[in-house]
Amino acid sequence: MRIGALKDSYGADQALFDTAVQRLWLALGAVALLAFPFAANDYWLYLACLVGIHIVSTTGLNILTGYTGLVSLGQAAFMGVGAYVVALAETKLGTPFLLNLLAAGLVTAMVGMVVGVPSLRVKGLYLAIATIAASFILHFVFQNWTTVTGGTRGLSIPPAQLFGLELARPFALYWVITPLTCIMVLAAANLFRTRIGRAFIAIRDRDISAEVLGIPLLRYKLMSFGLSSFYAGVAGGLWAYFFRVVTPESFPFVYSIFFLAAVIVGGMGTILGGILGAVFMTLVPEALKLVVGLLSPWMPNAVALLSPVRTIVFGALIIGFLILEPHGLAEIWRRIRRFFHLWPFKT
Amino acid sequence: MEFDWLFFCEVTLAGLGSGALLALTALAFVLIYKATKVVNLAIGEMLMVGAYLFFSFAAGFGLPVWLAIPLALIGGGLLGAIVERTIIRPMLGESAISVFMVTIGLGSVLVGLVEIIWGAAPTQLPDFMGTTPLFIGDAYVSRKIAIGFAVASIVIAAFVLAFRFWRGGVALRATATDQGAAYSCGIDVPKVFSAAWIVAGVAAAGAGILVGAVGGISPTMGVFGLSALVVVIVGGLDSIAGALVGGLIVGLVEAWSGTFIGGEYKLLATFGLLILILMVRPYGLFGTVEIERL
Repeated sequence: MRIGALKDSYGADQALFDTAVQRLWLALGAVALLAFPFAANDYWLYLACLVGIHIVSTTGLNILTGYTGLVSLGQAAFMGVGAYVVALAETKLGTPFLLNLLAAGLVTAMVGMVVGVPSLRVKGLYLAIATIAASFILHFVFQNWTTVTGGTRGLSIPPAQLFGLELARPFALYWVITPLTCIMVLAAANLFRTRIGRAFIAIRDRDISAEVLGIPLLRYKLMSFGLSSFYAGVAGGLWAYFFRVVTPESFPFVYSIFFLAAVIVGGMGTILGGILGAVFMTLVPEALKLVVGLLSPWMPNAVALLSPVRTIVFGALIIGFLILEPHGLAEIWRRIRRFFHLWPFKT
Repeated sequence: MEFDWLFFCEVTLAGLGSGALLALTALAFVLIYKATKVVNLAIGEMLMVGAYLFFSFAAGFGLPVWLAIPLALIGGGLLGAIVERTIIRPMLGESAISVFMVTIGLGSVLVGLVEIIWGAAPTQLPDFMGTTPLFIGDAYVSRKIAIGFAVASIVIAAFVLAFRFWRGGVALRATATDQGAAYSCGIDVPKVFSAAWIVAGVAAAGAGILVGAVGGISPTMGVFGLSALVVVIVGGLDSIAGALVGGLIVGLVEAWSGTFIGGEYKLLATFGLLILILMVRPYGLFGTVEIERL
């Protein structure tokens, strides 16, 4: 059993990772992340990159939905904006890689703030429905603004260049996506230790009270929309460099539901939840594919069933988690940790 | 080019027809929202299941239409009952957003099930209405749309009367106004919840048969539910009259924009209308304005 940690300075008390054990695990995790590309094959590296992109986008949505309490079903459309900005910057302007990502984030943040304007008057479900509308309108723009977006054929993107190296294979992209993901998640974790982050939480808990406490609602809600879309834009930019072709069909409405599901399954309003949810929701379809592969000798039509079964599992996960474990994977994780903390004693 | 009034009238009539179907779907939605305060995003999928049930009974088992329709309606009601008992009841008292997400999950599950049972390819419902076109004055109306309009209007009228005079309808309105007070008056509120879901399931299945007869059925026809969502936002989430008026407005906007601007602008026009209404009248044309207090 571990007893509480002794802290003898305010600095130690405020630290993001406040115990030695935690720091040890983090160091181990970092080593594992560094060693992973040398041990894994291309398929696992592909998955790792995809998971990284999803973590960025899910964390962004978590800022908006989990921490500020504004439900958005437009995250995939925002990612699409980021992806198109990157595609255009890369092919038309030829600006450097990191600048393109930043531009994608900033432009998407702008679009996100415009979409967030209805939050001035409506909230809750009405706002969710407004974001559905916004995402369909953005999809329409992707499809029909042919001169810029290439219509349904979409745009293709040359491999990213960084310091003269070509980032084409998942192995190379891994070294860009993973650090970026870590930085953005850390930034989100730190955000909620600042005035802005605290204001978001206050708005989530009771927006009228927050306004009484002197938090300008509109400004902070728009800020939340902007931040969340910034994350989506960067994730979309990475997505564009990863798949190297952007079409309107790349970012369907279901993809937005995917991110909201990841936030719910992971645990709303915890940074860890965003990470766990994104990892889990990305890997479940792959696990299903594996199961189908194992079953196919006995069930000849197993492959044909894969797509509908995936749809069902996706919905069942949302329903199951909301009914049985509303606080998500993060809560399960907390319970496991507590078990080991208190070990010979029962919780 | 001179403006073609006859063509305009025909488009308008077609719009009114599909608007009536939208209003019927929206009615199922409003019913659930009024009684249980659940925003059911799976209404489009429930409608789809109803259409597929009718397809199985009429085409698969070869039952006559007059038997297949009631069976499909009963199936839709059963679906509503099962959903209410297994998924919605445990979520009682949870935040509205959670319940909303549960219905999204439900929609996904239903789409997957339909794809497994009936396959992903779109099909046609067996024709049971005939194809002889109707003429109102000189204007041509598709027979299916005319029948759809008539059925939807009769059903909606029946609902309005039921809410006004039938005991169950009054109980439902009482529950909608104040659950606690309804309880203390001896109304069995959980039973009202079940009833609302069952009736909504029946209405959705009926709308599904009509929509399927007009446009064919496929696992993606649940998208129709999104248009119905726009209808209820425009009309007000908890207003039957709103569903009716909103349905006709959205039907007209879709028909006009689809014909005169271009098919791809249909969704844009509907969702543009949605955002406009949300900005100007957040609670819809006839919805109850919620006043929030600390």
